Amino acid sequence: MSKILVFAETKDNVFKSNAFEVVSAGKLLSEKLGKEFAVITINDASDDQLKTLNKFGVPKVYSLSLNDLNSKSGISDIKYSHGSFAAAISSFAKNNGYDIIMFSATSLGKEIAPTVAVKTNSAIVPDCTEFIFDGSLVSFKRPAYAGKCYTFVKPEIEKIVVTLRPNVFKAVENNADSAIEKITADSLGITTGDFGAYVSDVSVAGGKLDVAEADIIVSGGRGLRGPENFNLVENLAAVLGAATGASRAVVDAGWRPHGDQVGQTGKTVSPGLYIACGISGAIQHLAGMSSSKFIVAINKDKDAPIFQVADYGIIGDVFEILPVLTEEIKKLKG
Amino acid sequence: MKIVVCVSTVPDSTTKIKVGGNAKSIDESGVTFIINPYDEFAVEEAVQLKENNGGEVIGISFGTDRAKEGIKKAFQMGADKGILIKSAGSEFDSFTVSKNLASVIKEINPDVVLFGKQSIDFDGIIVPKMTAEFLNLPSVNVVTKLEINDQDAVIEREIEGGKEILKAKLPVVIGTQKGINNPRYPNLKSIMASKSKPIEERAPVDELSKTSVTDMKLPESKGSGKIFTNGAADVPELVRLLREEAKVI
Repeated sequence: MSKILVFAETKDNVFKSNAFEVVSAGKLLSEKLGKEFAVITINDASDDQLKTLNKFGVPKVYSLSLNDLNSKSGISDIKYSHGSFAAAISSFAKNNGYDIIMFSATSLGKEIAPTVAVKTNSAIVPDCTEFIFDGSLVSFKRPAYAGKCYTFVKPEIEKIVVTLRPNVFKAVENNADSAIEKITADSLGITTGDFGAYVSDVSVAGGKLDVAEADIIVSGGRGLRGPENFNLVENLAAVLGAATGASRAVVDAGWRPHGDQVGQTGKTVSPGLYIACGISGAIQHLAGMSSSKFIVAINKDKDAPIFQVADYGIIGDVFEILPVLTEEIKKLKG
Repeated sequence: MKIVVCVSTVPDSTTKIKVGGNAKSIDESGVTFIINPYDEFAVEEAVQLKENNGGEVIGISFGTDRAKEGIKKAFQMGADKGILIKSAGSEFDSFTVSKNLASVIKEINPDVVLFGKQSIDFDGIIVPKMTAEFLNLPSVNVVTKLEINDQDAVIEREIEGGKEILKAKLPVVIGTQKGINNPRYPNLKSIMASKSKPIEERAPVDELSKTSVTDMKLPESKGSGKIFTNGAADVPELVRLLREEAKVI
């Protein structure tokens, strides 16, 4: 009997919102295919935290802590290792007959899913945005060429590893009583030999929201004329609770960090709202953001290609429009 | 130091994609193919490692004859030798590509293997980690800084809103992200020198893909948007639409 296993990611022992998306997608697949499903999570989350999965209809949660293994390793500065995550998930899936393994395509998911695919000898479909059914599961839809087109990928074997693009699948509340079972590294046969590279330190800029995870993004381009003017973009992002993005031109010019770059050689994003400020819309930028649900363009050039993908736009000067827009939204949120 | 750098050849990022007649791949007519932009960071890092530690840089690619373009660019930037694992067509999935790369890399037994973190055609972000797993070597993808001291590597990896610091023993597999270095522009001398560098051709060891592309489509184009022309005076109407029509704020 084949089954579906979903990896639910936590940060500081609290589930990330992407975890609920992939859990809900796992439930959807399990219902459509008539397969059992369960969740595996690797952390030191409290039982109360684990029970938040109740809300999403998870029948069974397997909770694994790798703390003991890490401390037994004798490596004094280890925080975690992607290798041990991949080895644990692979071993658990193989021992218990799970043939579809699902991840969110986050930094962590993308670092462990390919390893799991090789360890379990599975077909891998990365960055899926839709399941295509026709009675049974036919294929996975995923963007290619940074979203300039979509491909439909069909696994040729039963064993599948799939990662889901964040912010695309909906987290669906659906109460169930999750049974929680703790599992150990020993029971999975995981050793320090599985670590590979290990993480000794993590630093996350305080409060900085990443474009890849944000539901609203305010991006700036060359129309801002210089790095000193990006406070206009940041102020608007602040009132919206948005992440700040940037075009390749301003990243290449050194005005903004490369982690902010949206486009074919930066990040491909699908937020609910994307506000492009002073961005003309080069084809490689449009590729990275045109799957946003709503796009607002602000640009003084009426012929800028960004207006062709925009749902709403204002032709005009970003230096005049952005402060007014920020004030209006501040009033609204009052 | 023996350094392997894996490169791919992809349509330039300014390419307007059209779906080909088979509805499974793009129409390649008029498309300019270039070295995958992320691979330039990998080649630069490889050449810097050679410059600092001595040794050689071997460029490897999997694909048709066109994949030689990527290797030639690596030559111009300072790679010494090239290996093309020559496939009959381009319908191979990442699993197959990784397995083939690993089988050639294993023979070379390098100290460091470098990749671009992803290729900008299929954007899988999976080949570096899968190849490493076939080689049973430690690996880190999306790397913005690499320091090697003797047999120890200290690696910075970009994550959402920050970074991880990782440590590993050589040999190690690294996928490079923008920011790790500034790829050099080949000069005339290096371009001339690259012409005499050899590309060895190999046959694939495994050509059985685990996935296939059944269809390729362009995104549905949006209806024309509501575009206003009065500058800041239109802001209240924009805010109203975002609130009431789009319901996104």
